[in-house]
Amino acid sequence: MENGVVISTDKLVRKFKVGRTELVALKEVTLEFRRGEFAGLVGPSGSGKTTLLNIIGTLDSPTSGTAEVLGERVEKLSPVQAASLRSRQIGFIFQTFNLLPVYSAYENVEFPLLLLGLSRSERHKKVTDALEWVGLADRANSKPTQLSGGESQRVAIARAVVKRPELVLADEPTANLDAENSHKILQTMVNLNRDLGTTFLFSTHDEKVIRYLRRKISLVDGRVAADEARDMTDGGDMTQSSSIGIVSQASPDNS
Amino acid sequence: MIIFRLAIRNLRGAGIRTWLNAIALSFAFVAIIFGQGMLQGMNKQAEDASTAFEFGGGQYWQQNYDPYDPLTLEDAHAPVPAALESLARAGEAAPILIVAGSIYPQGRIKPILLKGIDPEQKVLALPTAALADTTEELPILIGSRTAATTGLAVGDQVTVQWRDADGAFDARDGRVVEIMQTSVGTVDIGQIWVPLDKLRNLAGMEGEATLVTLARGTRSLPAVEGWNLRTPAYLLSDLRQMVASKTIGQSIMFTVLFLLAMLAIFDTQVLSVFRRRREIGMLVALGMTRAQVIVMFTLEGALHSIFAALLGIVYAGPLFYYLGRSGFTIPGGDSWGFSLGDKLYPTFTAGLILGTTVLVFVVTTFVSWLPTRKIAKLKPTDALAGRGT
Repeated sequence: MENGVVISTDKLVRKFKVGRTELVALKEVTLEFRRGEFAGLVGPSGSGKTTLLNIIGTLDSPTSGTAEVLGERVEKLSPVQAASLRSRQIGFIFQTFNLLPVYSAYENVEFPLLLLGLSRSERHKKVTDALEWVGLADRANSKPTQLSGGESQRVAIARAVVKRPELVLADEPTANLDAENSHKILQTMVNLNRDLGTTFLFSTHDEKVIRYLRRKISLVDGRVAADEARDMTDGGDMTQSSSIGIVSQASPDNS
Repeated sequence: MIIFRLAIRNLRGAGIRTWLNAIALSFAFVAIIFGQGMLQGMNKQAEDASTAFEFGGGQYWQQNYDPYDPLTLEDAHAPVPAALESLARAGEAAPILIVAGSIYPQGRIKPILLKGIDPEQKVLALPTAALADTTEELPILIGSRTAATTGLAVGDQVTVQWRDADGAFDARDGRVVEIMQTSVGTVDIGQIWVPLDKLRNLAGMEGEATLVTLARGTRSLPAVEGWNLRTPAYLLSDLRQMVASKTIGQSIMFTVLFLLAMLAIFDTQVLSVFRRRREIGMLVALGMTRAQVIVMFTLEGALHSIFAALLGIVYAGPLFYYLGRSGFTIPGGDSWGFSLGDKLYPTFTAGLILGTTVLVFVVTTFVSWLPTRKIAKLKPTDALAGRGT
């Protein structure tokens, strides 16, 4: 990863076949993201946000062009290599939380660590820490059906960051939450970004999220229409953040 | 190992659905083992009884003897060869002379076979000693089935007619001295047992026999001229075929039962893959490969058979143990076509239980795997969006 660049795309194109027609979801998208960014892909439905996020998350491959994520060329990764990259270095947060329904909050957060083969004691420490970061240590044994939307999304965040990934991809993370819960969730992610140094990349058209972004990339019809860096020191929501007390645990080079 | 733990965790989390499937499968499981145990028990019991009462350790048949052709009886007798005679004297063989004849119970004619046997013999479990402990001129031993069809009881006199060696008809009054209880109908129905020496004398066939039954464990002789060796396997082949025909009928029933249980597993898996699309997508997003997800789903299905086996052990284990020891009365009696006795003792061998367990596990695993193939075709992005399959 040269110069701290964790994601780079070059003339990225993604086409889908819809019946007999071909839909071009991404049109020559060229972007770079550096470690520790808190950035968002913004645009209306159908603008290609989720498609780009999926390719960066190695869940999809480009039709043409290149995408390099954490030093790996997405289009060249085998399914096993892609799974390994996701397992070790990428966390996902989804609009619908996607918690594993039969698992408790603790077990959901523990899941990525099981795949990494960590010992029980290591897992326990990391899961407990992660649940504390998101303020849900007391709901560890609750099943997803017993959690509110906001709590579920916080569990999803804990699951995404528990393995200390380089990159967290959040697809419309606040779409199913009310304003108060959205604020709490975003604040949690801001704090994690600051304290863990994790790169966050959002896909959103939610103004509540956009207010928190330090970089906003506008996509329109699959093209980058604007790429703006934002100053968060002028009274934005970032100034309201407070430390979540995990700086000492954070590994700045957790790759 | 992780996948196994995850599968267990998922099944545990699925709660009642897991147990309903396991219960349904365990019924099939138990029914198969019970049915097969019953057939094995029938087979063993019938073979044991037939061996004890009729076939012993094998038989030498006079070369003209054909049990399926009564007309051969006229010529199916010959002097017992010296080698077999010495075995008989040593108590290791029992010569039997068979002569076609008739009896006249209550004035009605009834064709029967007169079978002469040494009253002192110990080769067969027939209570032939009763033929010795009497002063009757022609003591008769009959089975309970013959007694029932002829109306004869102990102490009854009955006229017996036969054709002697020269083809001349002769007749004598005999008296029933014993009615034996035996599960082997082929030593009972349509025949009467009389002392061998008496029959030889009456039929003019001194020193002759139709067949010689060997005691169990007696080494058969390589070859005896004019006599054909019939091994226990040969003698039991009809019985085994009869049991096999019953097995086929039972197997069809068990197959249907098993298929129903498999259908439940298959349906559960299809539904599971369909309902858990987002979960599948999430598992892939979290770093599992699709192959791992397939293995996990397949394992979840296959583990139902393990749970079913454990359940079966809990509720059927004690039952099988009890039935194996105490047996149970089966309806139908002689209608089964072979000797069973009053009670049937099912035989649950380790091979049967292990074999059935492995069979059920393998089939359940296969059936569980079939629907999960769809996962391989499922795009993670579609799965996460709840699309596909």
